[in-house]
Amino acid sequence: MAIWDLSFKVMPGQIKSMIGPNGAGKTTLFNIITGIFPPTGGTVRFKGKMITGEKPHRIAKRGISRTFQTVELFGNMTVLENVMVGSHAKTRMGLLRSGLRLPGVKKEERCILEKALKRLNMVGLGHKGNEHASDLPLGEQKLIEVARALATDPELILLDEPAAGLNETEMIRMAEIIRKIREQGVTVLLVEHHMDLVMGISDEITVLNYGMKIAEGTPEEIKKDQKVIDAYLGEETEYD
Amino acid sequence: MGKENSKPLAILIICLGIFPIFVRSDYYLSIMIFIGINSIIVMGLSLLMGYAGQISLGHAAFFGIGAYCSGVLTVKFGFSVLSAFLSGILLSGVMAMAVAVPTLRLKGHYLAVATLGFGEIIYIVFNEFLDITGGPSGLSGIPYIDFWGYAFKEGIRYFCLVWGIAILLFIFALNVIHSRVGRALRAIHGSDVAAAAMGVNVSWFKVQVFALSAIYASVAGSLYAHFVTFISPPTFGLFVSILLLMMVVVGGGGSLWGALLGAGIVTILPEYLRPFKDFDVLVYGIILMVILLFMPEGLLKGLTVLLKWIRGKIASRQTVIGQGA
Repeated sequence: MAIWDLSFKVMPGQIKSMIGPNGAGKTTLFNIITGIFPPTGGTVRFKGKMITGEKPHRIAKRGISRTFQTVELFGNMTVLENVMVGSHAKTRMGLLRSGLRLPGVKKEERCILEKALKRLNMVGLGHKGNEHASDLPLGEQKLIEVARALATDPELILLDEPAAGLNETEMIRMAEIIRKIREQGVTVLLVEHHMDLVMGISDEITVLNYGMKIAEGTPEEIKKDQKVIDAYLGEETEYD
Repeated sequence: MGKENSKPLAILIICLGIFPIFVRSDYYLSIMIFIGINSIIVMGLSLLMGYAGQISLGHAAFFGIGAYCSGVLTVKFGFSVLSAFLSGILLSGVMAMAVAVPTLRLKGHYLAVATLGFGEIIYIVFNEFLDITGGPSGLSGIPYIDFWGYAFKEGIRYFCLVWGIAILLFIFALNVIHSRVGRALRAIHGSDVAAAAMGVNVSWFKVQVFALSAIYASVAGSLYAHFVTFISPPTFGLFVSILLLMMVVVGGGGSLWGALLGAGIVTILPEYLRPFKDFDVLVYGIILMVILLFMPEGLLKGLTVLLKWIRGKIASRQTVIGQGA
């Protein structure tokens, strides 16, 4: 069992980080929230509604979006098309209407395109729209994933190790973007190993170990927490 | 439908328009009609295989459902051509959903196996329900299509009917590809986990595409029935299902244009193999194998690459000559 006993809340407008040694259950948690598999016990609630065990596409429609630990871009599509797929959750034109190319379809397409360009520009990749997504370096691919997740117009965005594999400059850029996301009123829940990033941008940090919450608080409190320091002994972590 | 498709499409329509003016022989017109009918099926299959990433090993069954619905309902129950046609489409769509909904939820190639079984079941139905379908002896006397006295009997009129419908269905398919739905399908192909996370209902989309491909096949079946006026079960069996797959693969699995090319080649080829008498099937198989060995992505991609290579060679030769002078 990946998670033993975990309860926590994310408040709207927060940037909340989950940290913990490898195997502490962080990605499992994300997969449960986003419906990839249901929990064996316990519930997930969003804006007062029970969403435990709902399918991933329904959860996306509710306003929860995510990025992936190992980049899951659509390698067979361009950068712009990748971000445009993000709009899928909130758009409606189906098979029949698209095939007949009814007037509503053209209008919706234009909106989707505009929104995608806006999100791409927000992460600074507006000029690379027509490139093949798989051709870009990792750092930029991670940004595209963020742009794509934002195109769903989420209220809550789950970032799964957004800094993994990034160099110093790229990490600073990512931190900037996460702050921008919060400025736009989106709540951020992130899972990360890079302590610099976590300490720098989080409002609140939850620490997991062996599937259980061992500490929760502001970055200052967590830095001083003995249980956290103990948990990280013998673990290779980038600590400031 | 994508700007890059308008020109080739216009050229295709012009060529098709010119064809019956210069070619008057019923024989060649028939071949083109059969190519048109096959193209319709293969367009649908290409959407299924190229975009939904699924294989149908029993697609001839939907072709047959269209043909037998049109045939049986008009001959035995006095339906009008149009209502029989619509019934075929409805039945095909419903049966496609019945097959796809339970199987597409599962991860793995369950749909492929299910279509194999489905194809066999339908074939048995065509063979065994003697009273309705005429069984192995087939069903004859299927009426010609008649719109208030304007009969689409054979030759030029049927050519225009079939290709008119084929072009419309082609445009429909192109529109689907260049839309939110097309992107969703390609996204599923790229990463179905990420697609779902972006709100794409993966199994439902796969079901829809499967049903659409079944409907395309049914339309082709109805057109076939009213052209040949006699149908029998072997035309809708496993061998034909595999032949249809070959058309998609030989032409170029992922593209609609490839589908047209594949349908054309595979339909025409047997006609040129008559000199080989009993060895025609053997030569047929060898040719298809060779094509796939040298152009595994299909003829369309293979020929485009070849063309580019030739152009490159010509260009470099010109620069050499230019430098020489």
